[in-house]
Amino acid sequence: MTDAKTSEIESADLDKFRSETRAWLEANCPPEMRKPATSDADVFWGGRNAKFSSEPQRVWFERMRDKGWTVPDWPREYGGGGLSAAEHKVLRSEMARIGARPPLSSFGIWMLGPALLKYGNEAQKKEHLPKIAAGLIRWCQGYSEPNAGSDLASLQTRAESDGDDFIINGQKIWTSYANYADWIFCLVRTDPAAKKHDGISFILFDMASKGVTTKPILLISGYSPFCETFFDNVRVPKSHVVGQINRGWDVAKYLLQHERAMISGMGERGVGRPLGQIAADSVGTDALGRLDDAMLRGQIATFDVDEAALAACAERAVDLAKAGQAHPAFSSAMKYYGTELNKRRYEILMSAGGIDALEWESERSKHGARPRAWLRTKANSIEGGTSEVMLGIVAKRILDLPGA
Amino acid sequence: MALVLTEEQSMLRDSARGLISDKAPVSHLRHLRDSKDPTGFSKELWQSFAEMGFAGLLVPEEFGGSGLGFMEAGVVMEEIGRTLMPSPFLATSVVAASALNRGGNAAQKAEFLPWISNGSLLATLAIDEGAKHRPLHTALQAVRAGNGFKLSGAKALVVDGHVADLFIVAARTAGSAGERDGLTLFLVNPKAKGVSIERTIMVDAHNAARIELANVDVNADSVLGEIDQAAGLLDGVLDIGRGAVAAEMVGLSDEVFGRTIEYLKSRKQFGKLIGEFQALQHRAAELYVDIEITRAATMKALQALDADVTKAASSVAVAKARAGTTATRAVQEGVQMHGGMGMTDQFDIGFFMKRARVCEELFGDANYHTERLARARGY
Repeated sequence: MTDAKTSEIESADLDKFRSETRAWLEANCPPEMRKPATSDADVFWGGRNAKFSSEPQRVWFERMRDKGWTVPDWPREYGGGGLSAAEHKVLRSEMARIGARPPLSSFGIWMLGPALLKYGNEAQKKEHLPKIAAGLIRWCQGYSEPNAGSDLASLQTRAESDGDDFIINGQKIWTSYANYADWIFCLVRTDPAAKKHDGISFILFDMASKGVTTKPILLISGYSPFCETFFDNVRVPKSHVVGQINRGWDVAKYLLQHERAMISGMGERGVGRPLGQIAADSVGTDALGRLDDAMLRGQIATFDVDEAALAACAERAVDLAKAGQAHPAFSSAMKYYGTELNKRRYEILMSAGGIDALEWESERSKHGARPRAWLRTKANSIEGGTSEVMLGIVAKRILDLPGA
Repeated sequence: MALVLTEEQSMLRDSARGLISDKAPVSHLRHLRDSKDPTGFSKELWQSFAEMGFAGLLVPEEFGGSGLGFMEAGVVMEEIGRTLMPSPFLATSVVAASALNRGGNAAQKAEFLPWISNGSLLATLAIDEGAKHRPLHTALQAVRAGNGFKLSGAKALVVDGHVADLFIVAARTAGSAGERDGLTLFLVNPKAKGVSIERTIMVDAHNAARIELANVDVNADSVLGEIDQAAGLLDGVLDIGRGAVAAEMVGLSDEVFGRTIEYLKSRKQFGKLIGEFQALQHRAAELYVDIEITRAATMKALQALDADVTKAASSVAVAKARAGTTATRAVQEGVQMHGGMGMTDQFDIGFFMKRARVCEELFGDANYHTERLARARGY
């Protein structure tokens, strides 16, 4: 069969998939789930203690879960939808078409899952992936430490061998939602004598284990999405190591690529209406319908250009990956630009909101939702690798500049 | 549709790159400039373009063309941008061919398109009048006279204007400058009585002219499209041109960037390669990201044009705006990072800076297209 013929058949199949998917979404996505989440409470994270904030949220989650579409491109045997990359793209575009929310948000989906699929053994995949897909276990990430931020590989949390177990001691920081998480994927030092990248292992354990404590960190936003997490003689079976012992840095880096892709996409969520319209509400418009603040209007338009261009680039990154032409470090480029752009979005939102956007505590301001979100975005270009680290990675791995 | 080149498009790119890098490296432009070449491009090379099917790339096969799309035109434009090859491709094969193909009646298509395809006819759109691109501000007057019209007024930045065999002139048949209604396109013979042409030597050493029409008689058959209603046709044709220029700017930016990275890896100061300095590494990395994002936006616009020219306006505005700011940044960083060498005429990098400036003005600069997006989005 010629290539043209094959792609013709594929495209006919895809068209069929698209029309079926569209019909299914129309019939099954509750109207309440067809607009962006406006607060963190609107986001369903799953886990042992998960509660639905509304009936439509429950219905939407369960219907999507039953189709395997919480993780559409994972294999069916692990609770996924088994979709091809092309079908996954169709599903995403059909969900975007009606503004459907993701039914389940989770670090298990965005970060651990892809790492387990690549580096996990069969038992680990069978044990953990279906529970992630079904939203039964909520995961957190034990990477950063007080003295290991941008220089992550200098981490000091120790895992010492004791028969079939490791005994883990140390401290993590910036552990997102550790106080709500059921399990943690964690980087620990298993060989203190080795060079810093070579003595690290990637290990999974239950946050309910004896010796694990968490302490939320109050941020400038007034929220505490991050925790300090302490390990005091936590006993973990060696079978919970993903990949080889002392080769955890490979897993860590691979996972970081997914984390960066996730963070770079943050700007695409959370804000439903276009900036120009939001600004029109507060600054007003002139007789021609233009924003009554020419400089702000220019900033918004420039932002809109860059945002649309970034969206095209994100689409192209997926297509390149599908075609096997993607550079593995490209997620760093996207992370850099996406997070800087999201910070710009919130600077514009604050400027557009003016005095109204300064209220910190009131029903009127939804308890300062906008200024708190604005402050939250300042972490975007720090978490998951700072913008400066991202640029360094691009300079070294993509541009091959000397000594980078 | 995936935002990556298909196998056929990659082959097209390779053959265009092969021809252009072999026959028209930047030294080709330098030679044309320094010898004050009266034509401003190589006719021989244009004939090779025609033989490879590039001259009629967008022309339907029934008129001797290749019948390809805007993505393919963009592929060729990107390669042209890499070496700054002066070529009638943009004015004749992209803009004029699209105007004739989209607006022409059967007789007009049959009269002109086959000759564009075989490389023997050069055509160009005469649109701009003031210092900035403002199509609706067209004021060149077309007054009814007998069976036809008399045209009077002036146009600037008419690409290839001094060598063109056919002008497509935007004129006002009704209303006043600024209005959408009342615009009409005319096919004008450059040799007609009352036409005067001044070749303008531009900063980028590419072809352009100012033309003046003084009571030029054209007959009713010279109207391209509908009388008074050319705005819609113009929107589409200009967007096609904008998409193509954006692609040229992506090629130009990428080439400048590649040359600059090579320089960072070879130039030594303070006892080390200047590419080791983090201040330069981060700026280079930022520029890389900018170029990749602009490349994707440009591909998106060209795909949108291929899908439906009349629905591509916002994508095209995004692409042309991004291409303008990215190319401007690329050439400025290119000159700056080359240091004193970047300021010399002997070094090629300045040619890129000059061409980028012209591309930025062609069919509307970044401000124009950013404003356009704002209006399209209703704020």
